Amino acid sequence: MLTDEEREEIEAEATHYAVRQAAQIDAMKIVQKHRGWVSDEALGDISELLGVPVTELDAVATFYNLIFRKPVGRHVIYLCDSVSCWIMGSAEQFAHCRARLGAAPGETTADGRFTLLPIVCLGACDHAPVMMVDDDLHTELEPAKIDRILEGYQ
Amino acid sequence: METPLTQNIRPGQEPLDREAYERAGGYQALRTALKSMTPAALIDAVKNSNLRGRGGAGFSTGLKWSLVPKDAPHPRYLVANADEMEPGTFKDRLLLERDPHQFLEGMMLGSYATATDVAYIFLRGEYTQAAKTLTRAIAEAYAAGYLGKNILGASYSLEIHLHTSAGRYMCGEETGLLNALEGKRANPRTKPPYPGVSGLWGMPTTVNNVETLSCVPHIVNHGAEWFRKLSRTADGGTKLYGASGKVKQPGLWELPMGATAREVLDRAGGMREGVRLRGFLPGGASTDFMTEEHLDVPLDFTEPQKVGSRLGTGTMIILDDGTCPVGMVWNLEQFFARESCGWCTPCWSGLAWVERILRGMEEGKGQEGDLEKLTFQTKFFGPGHTFCALAPGAAEPLQSGLKYFHDDFERHIREKRCPWG
Ligand SMILES: Cc1cc2nc3c(=O)[nH]c(=O)nc-3n(C[C@H](O)[C@H](O)[C@H](O)COP(=O)(O)O)c2cc1C
Ligand code: SF4
Repeated sequence: MLTDEEREEIEAEATHYAVRQAAQIDAMKIVQKHRGWVSDEALGDISELLGVPVTELDAVATFYNLIFRKPVGRHVIYLCDSVSCWIMGSAEQFAHCRARLGAAPGETTADGRFTLLPIVCLGACDHAPVMMVDDDLHTELEPAKIDRILEGYQ
Repeated sequence: METPLTQNIRPGQEPLDREAYERAGGYQALRTALKSMTPAALIDAVKNSNLRGRGGAGFSTGLKWSLVPKDAPHPRYLVANADEMEPGTFKDRLLLERDPHQFLEGMMLGSYATATDVAYIFLRGEYTQAAKTLTRAIAEAYAAGYLGKNILGASYSLEIHLHTSAGRYMCGEETGLLNALEGKRANPRTKPPYPGVSGLWGMPTTVNNVETLSCVPHIVNHGAEWFRKLSRTADGGTKLYGASGKVKQPGLWELPMGATAREVLDRAGGMREGVRLRGFLPGGASTDFMTEEHLDVPLDFTEPQKVGSRLGTGTMIILDDGTCPVGMVWNLEQFFARESCGWCTPCWSGLAWVERILRGMEEGKGQEGDLEKLTFQTKFFGPGHTFCALAPGAAEPLQSGLKYFHDDFERHIREKRCPWG
């Protein structure tokens, strides 16, 4: 069941488009904002609300980088693996995160605290290497700085 | 030197709110247009300014606006392309986060010129700060009567909505973007019909880049001729140029259109101690390498093409001699392979193959014949073989990398290792 809050937020987005179905991506993002990921059950509920087949929703969900069809950790680390960060040593940052978290890119830590994901260029190349944790951008990374930053996400 | 695009942006300072923007002369262009310019006159001014699209392709903005037929049906749409996922590109972020009202005023003017009823900002999901800044700015603009019904007492009405994307490079391609806004997968659409005739939900739609739109208020305020003269070449205006990689001071600078890579590098303080310049991609991942011999080529929409590259987004990615060129090309092709939308075979299949060959070279498994295979593949990525420009873009750093760093590719195969280890 969608919560009243989720439903209201989705309905508000739906008014922005010529047809309600266009809000399906917004709907999945809204559900994910509240629950961390988009379950089969949630797809069924969105399908009913917007009149989009579940298969269509799933095809759309799996196309996009930022919609999760599996549970993720309490915090998601998006570490940039594109070219400017690579030149500035992102391989070292990946190796450090992997060792510290005990989770490879695409995996979640055993305690469910972090999911580590590679991400396309975050558009902050003048401060490379960079990452986002949840909604926050962090720049000029090095291993010790990553450790300090991650302490802030319990 | 005039820097209209960044005149309101100060290091470490919050973006101007609506009132401060007005005090700096903001929303004057909108008043002028609504009071004393017909949409046709506005289109003419933009045409005469020689403003060309800053999203990478460089299409004339005035011409694009004139392609919406005069008797076309309503509602009409305009979309500001704020997807900015081209690796190495960080210019639209600055304009969105630091001068949101300039950008909104540009959107309003573009919308008025094309008789648009509803405009969308298509913002990449990761730009969370820009989303906050824009949400506030849009609310301020509605409250001041710059948006909504009968703007400033004129008969013109406009709604603007912010859409935050769920992330995929293909969303930036203008027809993929239209599908994404309709809630679908961001596969491209066949052209023609062009979006100006049939776009969102089959209605006339204009798609423009953030930097393009941000130029428009200045054209209205100061005139087409003034805008043309900001540039050193036939393409009008200033340009946000950038540099990332191992330079002393990476960053963005607003310079006259036609500034050279040497000038941009100078702004960046030159190369870091201990490394030398080997080459650069002049405007994002999907542009061809240029090298030291091209440092004095004016970076506009014409001159780089004469040496086999293009301006692209104008944000340079610098390759230094401490970095492996094969590794860099591999990183780029990995990106393109992953972001291919899967619509056409040469792209999804060819890119996966290219990526695997390059990875092999880096991991010491390069083989005789690899370079021929890579060269062979670049031919199928070229325009005409695929639906959209992603694959042709992927070919650019590959083909030019093979040309300029041929010896380095060969060494990887011969020595069965990456010499940069
Ligand atoms: C794969 C791909 C990604 C693109 N991404 C963007 C983008 O993020 N932002 C953008 O403005 N243009 C992007 N473009 C270019 C757009 O298709 C389009 O040309 C541009 O938005 C038009 O605006 P302009 O005429 O103002 O430059 C992309 C093109 C391709 C092929
Ligand atoms: S060129 Fe690639 S990204 Fe573009 S439509 Fe074809 S498969 Fe999709």
